[in-house]
Amino acid sequence: MGGNQDISEALQADVVQAAESGQQLCLQGGRSKDFYGRELIGEPFDLNQHRGIVDYEPTELVITARGGTPLTEIEAALTAQHQMLPFEPPHFTEASTIGGAIASGLSGPRRPWFGAPRDLLLGIKLLDGRGQILNFGGQVMKNVAGYDLSRLMAGSLGTLGILLEVSIKVLPLPPQETTLLFEADTENAHAITQRMCLDATPISGSCHMDGQLHIRLECDETRVLQLRNRFGGELVEDAEIFWRALRDQQFAFFQTDVPLWRLSMPPAADFQLPGKQLIEWGGALRWFKGDHSMEAIRSAVSATGGHAILFLNGDRSGEIFHPLNPTIALLHQRLKKVFDPKFIFNPGRLYPE
Amino acid sequence: MQGQSDNNSLRRQQQRRILADAFLKMLPADAVIFREEELVPYECDGLSAYRQVPLIVLLPYDTGQVQAILRYCHTNKIPVVARGAGTGLSGGALPHEDGVLLSLARLNKILEVDQSNMRARVQPGVRNMAISDAARSQGLYYAPDPSSQIACSIGGNVAENAGGVHCLKYGLTVNNLLEVTLITIEGERITLGGGGLDSPGLDLLALMTGSEGMLGVVVEVLVKLLPIPTKAQVILATFDEVEAAGNAVAAIIANGIIPAGLELMDNLSLRAAEAFIHAGYPVEAAAILLCELDGSEEEVAVSVKFVCSILKQSGASEVRISKDDTERQRFWAGRKAAFPAVGRISPDYYCMDGTIPRKQLAMVLKKIAEMSQRYDLRCANVFHAGDGNLHPLILYDANIPGELEKAEKFGGEILELCVAVGGTITGEHGVGLEKINQMCAQFPDAELEIFHAVKAAFDPHNLLNPGKAIPTLSRCAEFGAMHVHAGQLRFPELERF
Ligand SMILES: Cc1cc2nc3c(=O)[nH]c(=O)nc-3n(C[C@H](O)[C@H](O)[C@H](O)COP(=O)(O)OP(=O)(O)OC[C@H]3O[C@@H](n4cnc5c(N)ncnc54)[C@H](O)[C@@H]3O)c2cc1C
Ligand SMILES: Cc1cc2nc3c(=O)[nH]c(=O)nc-3n(C[C@H](O)[C@H](O)[C@H](O)COP(=O)(O)OP(=O)(O)OC[C@H]3O[C@@H](n4cnc5c(N)ncnc54)[C@H](O)[C@@H]3O)c2cc1C
Repeated sequence: MGGNQDISEALQADVVQAAESGQQLCLQGGRSKDFYGRELIGEPFDLNQHRGIVDYEPTELVITARGGTPLTEIEAALTAQHQMLPFEPPHFTEASTIGGAIASGLSGPRRPWFGAPRDLLLGIKLLDGRGQILNFGGQVMKNVAGYDLSRLMAGSLGTLGILLEVSIKVLPLPPQETTLLFEADTENAHAITQRMCLDATPISGSCHMDGQLHIRLECDETRVLQLRNRFGGELVEDAEIFWRALRDQQFAFFQTDVPLWRLSMPPAADFQLPGKQLIEWGGALRWFKGDHSMEAIRSAVSATGGHAILFLNGDRSGEIFHPLNPTIALLHQRLKKVFDPKFIFNPGRLYPE
Repeated sequence: MQGQSDNNSLRRQQQRRILADAFLKMLPADAVIFREEELVPYECDGLSAYRQVPLIVLLPYDTGQVQAILRYCHTNKIPVVARGAGTGLSGGALPHEDGVLLSLARLNKILEVDQSNMRARVQPGVRNMAISDAARSQGLYYAPDPSSQIACSIGGNVAENAGGVHCLKYGLTVNNLLEVTLITIEGERITLGGGGLDSPGLDLLALMTGSEGMLGVVVEVLVKLLPIPTKAQVILATFDEVEAAGNAVAAIIANGIIPAGLELMDNLSLRAAEAFIHAGYPVEAAAILLCELDGSEEEVAVSVKFVCSILKQSGASEVRISKDDTERQRFWAGRKAAFPAVGRISPDYYCMDGTIPRKQLAMVLKKIAEMSQRYDLRCANVFHAGDGNLHPLILYDANIPGELEKAEKFGGEILELCVAVGGTITGEHGVGLEKINQMCAQFPDAELEIFHAVKAAFDPHNLLNPGKAIPTLSRCAEFGAMHVHAGQLRFPELERF
């Protein structure tokens, strides 16, 4: 375990060979996300030995690391400099890697206010399906030279190529964090969150579940006092544990064998389908369990302008991700061919090919 | 020779006639412009050194008309260049000799300001500033604020991934979009992104942002709005040395502060701005830093005090704090008018847009000063210091033979320096036609081939803004032959990345 090693040449040789023989590869970082996406197909292809922080200068607000670097290692390096990964990536196991976190594109409670992997990814070194090593973007904050192919990789679930290196924008840790707890039904919870957002309150997390609303704030005591005078709310001790458990889906709500849906929609959307909901991101992210057909859920979410992912359980060979409009689906196929002409990487993980 | 160009102009006249007839059948008469004298205003964008009168200009009123235009162009293999407000600085909206210039200026409605979801739905021709104006009564604004915001269009902002002085804290265009509707070259309408914070499949919204009109025509945009901060103040810090100002930027960030804006101006640019705007800048200073902090009353009071102490420790000789919002606006007005202000002190100027790691700032500025002497052309520097995005403005006179070429060479050398120190040739203005050669310095052939393949995935016949943004491999081979690849031979003394 541990260490800092560059095995890009070996990975490259393997990919070249796979492309020649047509061997399909199932890219694996820490494998903490095997449950996510469509079923796994292909020869397991281990990326977590290609690891280590390549460059980190706190005043540049950028960290560059190899894809197989464990998130814990990156977070430890950042914490030592009072900085953080702003998208607050979920990681259940010690094994979760930065490559996997970017490739899955998932973010934690901070997302609406600080961005997702796609917002913070500045540059990549990519191993494509021909075995070419390519550089896109860079380590600077602003870069519009050429198409933004780095951000395109965020959330692509390894279907376009292997992230050998990623450069990510980082931010200072907030000096203070406070969590307030409100007893509130869905409607009230929404009203409180929305009012706070419109008042430019420095929120960095919201969670509504079982009649309780937690709001995480990044401001000093004076501001917290003003907010409590206005909205009420109890101070929560040791709130870090709560937010970490939410980020890593440790709550009983998530321990389930029924289909768990991840619904993404406008924060104020009026979503009335009966079922159990856990609402994050000021309303923009809703975890949903309910006895409805896939079509019923998808059409209710589509009506709000959002989309639905069958996140956990259910039929993993079916339509896990929201179906695409035919023109967009065609663009997906063409882009897949650009990066992976032999279709060797993670076949069908995102959509059937 | 003469005969050939007559032939060419005859051929263009005929082709223009054919297109005018065809488009007059599908568009209202005032949407089709084909008389030479009416075409001239469209011959360039904000980079006036490059000019080309288009074959025809089309000014559709709605999305259906845009679809019809693109379908026709697709069927008949006619090149199409989209144009917003024409404020681009890289020749992105420069017309194609044999093509249609498609202006989106008439798609200029704000369709909805949605307070409860903090977003606005607008057409592409809406001016950047108009969005914030429309949202103000609801306590909201659109954060990315290019200095051209009173004129530039949101469609152009999407196409260039425009930035502004407040992007350090609030992000670039790409970070402030929810959804973009575009028309493909085949005339299909597609929507990328959506009402939530993410969308299914590959992130085509990110790919589209900054794609310079090469992949599709933007016809509708759903932008994020932010709450107007309760309080904002600007600190104006004076420095006797540019280097100290650069180090102050790093010191602020090292102390865990991300200001709402952090801008640097050198003596030449701050003098020009002062003469133009009377913002109250100290004209003797080697450089000034403008640092904006926002939040609640109390928070701003605390952070202003903290930043002032950092600035003084970093060698600021004077630190002024905006007294009220009028003064804050005035401090910014000088910065935002820097380009036109420099335009007043020189017949022409050429604006560069490289981005560098911040730690290289002092060194890069020193090298630019050396180049300025060598080329015997003045150069003013304005700098989105927080983001490392540098705007050297090269002053020249196009009426003096050879000066434009000299300015371009000077600019090219600056950009190659940016690449050599680990940066990029363009932070926000785009490649367009202007920086097409420097793309060869930034990207090897394999990456360029991928770019061309991505383009072909959207536009197989290369009809959308052809010849821009991505150089052909043969062009790079030619450029390399006369120029030598920047990374290898130029600046050999620099540490390589
Ligand atoms: C809501 C939520 C629930 C979660 N629940 C769990 C859970 O129950 N258990 C758990 O362990 N984790 C969970 N996670 C956390 C998740 O594991 C992290 O996002 C993690 O960082 C993924 O990294 P990994 O290395 O484990 O990726 P992997 O699972 O190995 O890979 C994830 C995806 O990325 C691809 N990939 C990996 N590395 C690369 C690379 N270098 N280049 C290109 N593609 C690559 C893989 O092919 C795969 O498609 C959850 C996350 C979220 C948001
Ligand atoms: C004084 C001055 C200051 C500036 N300051 C800044 C600044 O601070 N930050 C910054 O980022 N830029 C700045 N710019 C550059 C310019 O304003 C931006 O690039 C702006 O985004 C261009 O918008 P536009 O509507 O004028 O686009 P245009 O110049 O008309 O077009 C620019 C590009 O976008 C494409 N395009 C336009 N509309 C569409 C559409 N609807 N669909 C598809 N493609 C389209 C065009 O084909 C072209 O490639 C400045 C320019 C000036 C003159």
